[in-house]
Amino acid sequence: MREVNVVIDGKRVTVPEGYFIIQAAREVGIDIPALCYDPNLEVVGACRLCLVEIEGSRKLQTACSTKVRDGMVIHTESDRVVSSRKEILQLLLDNHPNDCLTCQKAGECLLQEYAYRYDVKFREHYGARRPSYVDTTSPYILKDDSKCILCGKCVRTCSQVQDRRVLSFGGRGFDTRIVIDADFNFDKSSCVSCNRCVTVCPVGALVDKRLLNKGRSWEYHKREVKCKVCEYGCSFEILSKDGRNVAVRAKEANGGRPLCLKGRLTTEFLYVDDPDKPYIKGEEGFIEATWKDALGLKDLLDKLLAHEEEEMGVEYNG
Amino acid sequence: MKFNFNWEGNRNKIQKLMDFMKENRSKKGILMMALHETQDLFGYIPLEIMELISKELKTPLSEIYGVATFYSQFSLVPKGENVIGVCLGTACYVKGGQDILAKLEELLAIKEGQTTPDGKFSIDATRCLGACGLAPVMMINNKIYGKLTLDKVEEIINSYR
Amino acid sequence: MITVEELKKIRENTLKKMDLKLHKLQEEILDKEGALNKKLILICGGPGCHSSNVEEMKARFEKRILEKGLIHVEVSIAGCFGLCESGPNIEVYPEGIFYSRVKMDDIDEIVDKHLCENVVVERLLNEGAIESGKIKHVSQVNFYNKQKKIALRNCGIIDYNDIKEYIALDGYQALAKAITEMTQEEVINMVKDSNLRGRGGAGFPTGRKWETAFKYDADQKYVICNADEGDPGAFMDRSILEGDPHSVLEGMALCGYAIGAEQGYIYIRAEYPVAVERLKIAIKQAKEMGLLGRNILGTDFSFDIELRLGAGAFVCGEGTALMESIEGRRGMPRPKVERTAHKGLWGKPTIINNVETFANVPPILLKGADWFRSIGTEDSSGTKVFALGGKVKNTGLVEVPMGTTLREIIFDIGGGIEKDRKFKAVQTGGPSGGCIPEEYLDTPVDFGSLSKIGSIMGSGGMIVLDESDCMVDIARFFLDFTVDESCGKCVPCREGTKRMLEILERITAGEGRAEDLDRLESLAEIITSGSLCGLGQTAANPVISTLKYFRDEYEAHIYDKRCPAGACQALLEFYITDKCIGCTKCARSCPVSAIRGKVKERHVIDTEKCIKCGACMEVCPVGAVIKR
Repeated sequence: MREVNVVIDGKRVTVPEGYFIIQAAREVGIDIPALCYDPNLEVVGACRLCLVEIEGSRKLQTACSTKVRDGMVIHTESDRVVSSRKEILQLLLDNHPNDCLTCQKAGECLLQEYAYRYDVKFREHYGARRPSYVDTTSPYILKDDSKCILCGKCVRTCSQVQDRRVLSFGGRGFDTRIVIDADFNFDKSSCVSCNRCVTVCPVGALVDKRLLNKGRSWEYHKREVKCKVCEYGCSFEILSKDGRNVAVRAKEANGGRPLCLKGRLTTEFLYVDDPDKPYIKGEEGFIEATWKDALGLKDLLDKLLAHEEEEMGVEYNG
Repeated sequence: MKFNFNWEGNRNKIQKLMDFMKENRSKKGILMMALHETQDLFGYIPLEIMELISKELKTPLSEIYGVATFYSQFSLVPKGENVIGVCLGTACYVKGGQDILAKLEELLAIKEGQTTPDGKFSIDATRCLGACGLAPVMMINNKIYGKLTLDKVEEIINSYR
Repeated sequence: MITVEELKKIRENTLKKMDLKLHKLQEEILDKEGALNKKLILICGGPGCHSSNVEEMKARFEKRILEKGLIHVEVSIAGCFGLCESGPNIEVYPEGIFYSRVKMDDIDEIVDKHLCENVVVERLLNEGAIESGKIKHVSQVNFYNKQKKIALRNCGIIDYNDIKEYIALDGYQALAKAITEMTQEEVINMVKDSNLRGRGGAGFPTGRKWETAFKYDADQKYVICNADEGDPGAFMDRSILEGDPHSVLEGMALCGYAIGAEQGYIYIRAEYPVAVERLKIAIKQAKEMGLLGRNILGTDFSFDIELRLGAGAFVCGEGTALMESIEGRRGMPRPKVERTAHKGLWGKPTIINNVETFANVPPILLKGADWFRSIGTEDSSGTKVFALGGKVKNTGLVEVPMGTTLREIIFDIGGGIEKDRKFKAVQTGGPSGGCIPEEYLDTPVDFGSLSKIGSIMGSGGMIVLDESDCMVDIARFFLDFTVDESCGKCVPCREGTKRMLEILERITAGEGRAEDLDRLESLAEIITSGSLCGLGQTAANPVISTLKYFRDEYEAHIYDKRCPAGACQALLEFYITDKCIGCTKCARSCPVSAIRGKVKERHVIDTEKCIKCGACMEVCPVGAVIKR
């Protein structure tokens, strides 16, 4: 493959042709802020936070969608770039609830991180805000529209799995929202609670509901494990606090891994010290279930136990 | 708002839509066309029909809903028998299109985007209708009325009552 | 399927039948045998006039003509005459008499007097057709004599539903010539040499674009005609599509031949049902004749065209959004990772040009690049069609050589300002353009000059504003449009334009604050430099240009709480002048009892109480109540 040489913030780097500027920058440890970019997903260029200055180009260009060309000289933190980022972040904060204090996402929120990095603050204004609609109908995912920045990562990751494609943008312009099916709630939707969307959401708009009130992100000790349910081996994170495993959450579904509820519950059941009750989706929404049912093990277990009883005369009452 | 969809009463229309989709299946990207057809047939895009299209075109419901809510000509709620579109293009705006809209809202006692309780009229503020030479204009069901005055509006509406 | 020879034959045969119509072009009456008895009545079927029931008018003419036993009189409907202001318009040939504002009841009189007695019905003559007692030929009317028609060459002449009439006026000759005598490169070079630039707004050189797609190897390529004319106040494309649909089809086929595409799409607004209908007929006729479809004119070249309807989204005028829409998705623009000439519709090389651009192509191919370049300016060759609207006397459609000044367009062709008010500004380019003040009226119009003074050529909307228009309110109007039409994908456009609109709403409501102007400027900066697509990048232009040229109006709103144009309701004050006769009508009609005064004495409005409903003004018999 052909390679090209570029200079980013004074650092010389050689990368394969076809690399985007944002990828090339990461090679030399330069982190260009971006809310909608994800190397695993289609490039959309929506958040505009990754705008950079390229010598010889009058306009600022987005680092996520501009490919490197040989000899390119790029500035990722010039005055012009920084002032643009501040304006964009300000626009986002102007339309975002000021509740970081209690937000589950605090400490892991990208918007929070960038606002701090570029010294942008919440401010009073009398303009419109996103309506505060919270979907609490799922025991696994909490969706809070008021916090959504419409980066669309959730929609893109959901649509990567052929038979899911549950999420979409609905409406237009300032009133755009992320919708489930034809704007249903989770409980009446075709969502399979795989939590792919939660893993990519950069803010607190989609959070893992089973993590609520279990702890703050900085309190956890995190350990990565592989799911054992199928051969994909999706990654999960065991979150522990004060020596106890309090929760499990899905890690990003990259490399074609699908993530699924069964895998998540299995991992949770295996690792978490005192797991919450599982729920499964019925006709009328989510209902509490036994672990046997939730993990789809009922038939298997019953037969297994009957078998053991017969073979070894073990008595079991469960 | 919740509407009960009448499957039985809409059987012919549904059949027409199904035929349309079957006929055009070889064409690429026919979702928009199917939604246009739905809007024409039913006067709006019922949820039940979106679900039908989803099955027929093997397109996720979310995507259909996303498209249906993106374009302003598609409506998810039924429209009145007579759809009045008041042009608020630039030429009409500088010639008083806004006053025409206000007059209509007063006459029919509904706001823009709404339908009268008897289902006879609905008012939409539309984009430029391309009849700027006649500004201000409105369109009732595909017929254009130009060089409107407030009195003329009343007369025209009465002729539809 | 027809051959090139047969095409020529159709041309000659139809031409013979059209001699009357063509006198219109020759501006003089040829004394051919029978010509004196032969008459042609041409009814304008343009968007403006069409809404006045031209079909019924035609039937009424025919009925009366029959009753009077007239033979040799033909009644025909043609595309837009351009002068919408005075519609419904009718022309009578061979004498070229131009009747305007013709009502259904006037028709019998025209037949009885003009056709039977050879007496012109003076009261129906277009105002511009009489000068110092003399009746002018329609082509000499001021509105027309400064115009130069290329894109509109056939509009108002041919019957748009008859492909033969298009063929008669050199239609499909360019296509025949290209596919039988020219190579793809030759076609591209000719378009390149002509310096034709995209008429949709940005003015990108058409030939260069075609070349990019031509050079890119692919199994499938596409041609798209952007007929999603969404600029409020623009109807150029609509008139071309309705008046001369084949010129667009031929232009597209030429593009298809040049780049190597076999499939074209016309993406058209669903708000234009008439244009859709006429295009369907045109495509059908062209296919039947073998001028579209497989092996056109017996050559190896095949090209088909399909219609796709928009559904009310201005952003779909943006190339990549339009492609998303054709593909059946939400019309959200894509980032330009690759050029659309390489990877466009369904990932294939795609050329997208607008209606007027395509309509210009056939004449270029026939008459040559030098001819086209001889018209217009160095920067922009050829002509441009404008939809002239707003506070101008002759609203309508005009086509002028590039380089014509704004003053010529507005005052000479447009006839000046309505009600003889004072000109304030002209808005070009719609929501992406700006407002141009009086000091720049002598600017020759081309792509370069307009962008230099803070506006853009745009697709051709030209809205004239007078002293009663508030420039802050105009900016607010356009921002309101943009906010509504923003697709919501990128942050600067989605969030920024909304904030901008909120500030403008506040200012026009009399609640503007000192910091608002700075805030508008910084918002304008990020929206312009940060947005993803053209809609966003130009969304702030109406604000930037009005801030630049009419800053004093903004300041008057903010600091003095006054609207100099008297347009912003919230900032108005109702006032009773000394014309008041003390009739007490106003006081009695006031819903909030804000008016005091004794009978037969001047009344006074308590501005604290007044809710500015205007009821007093309406009932005053002597016009003593004014807004100030």
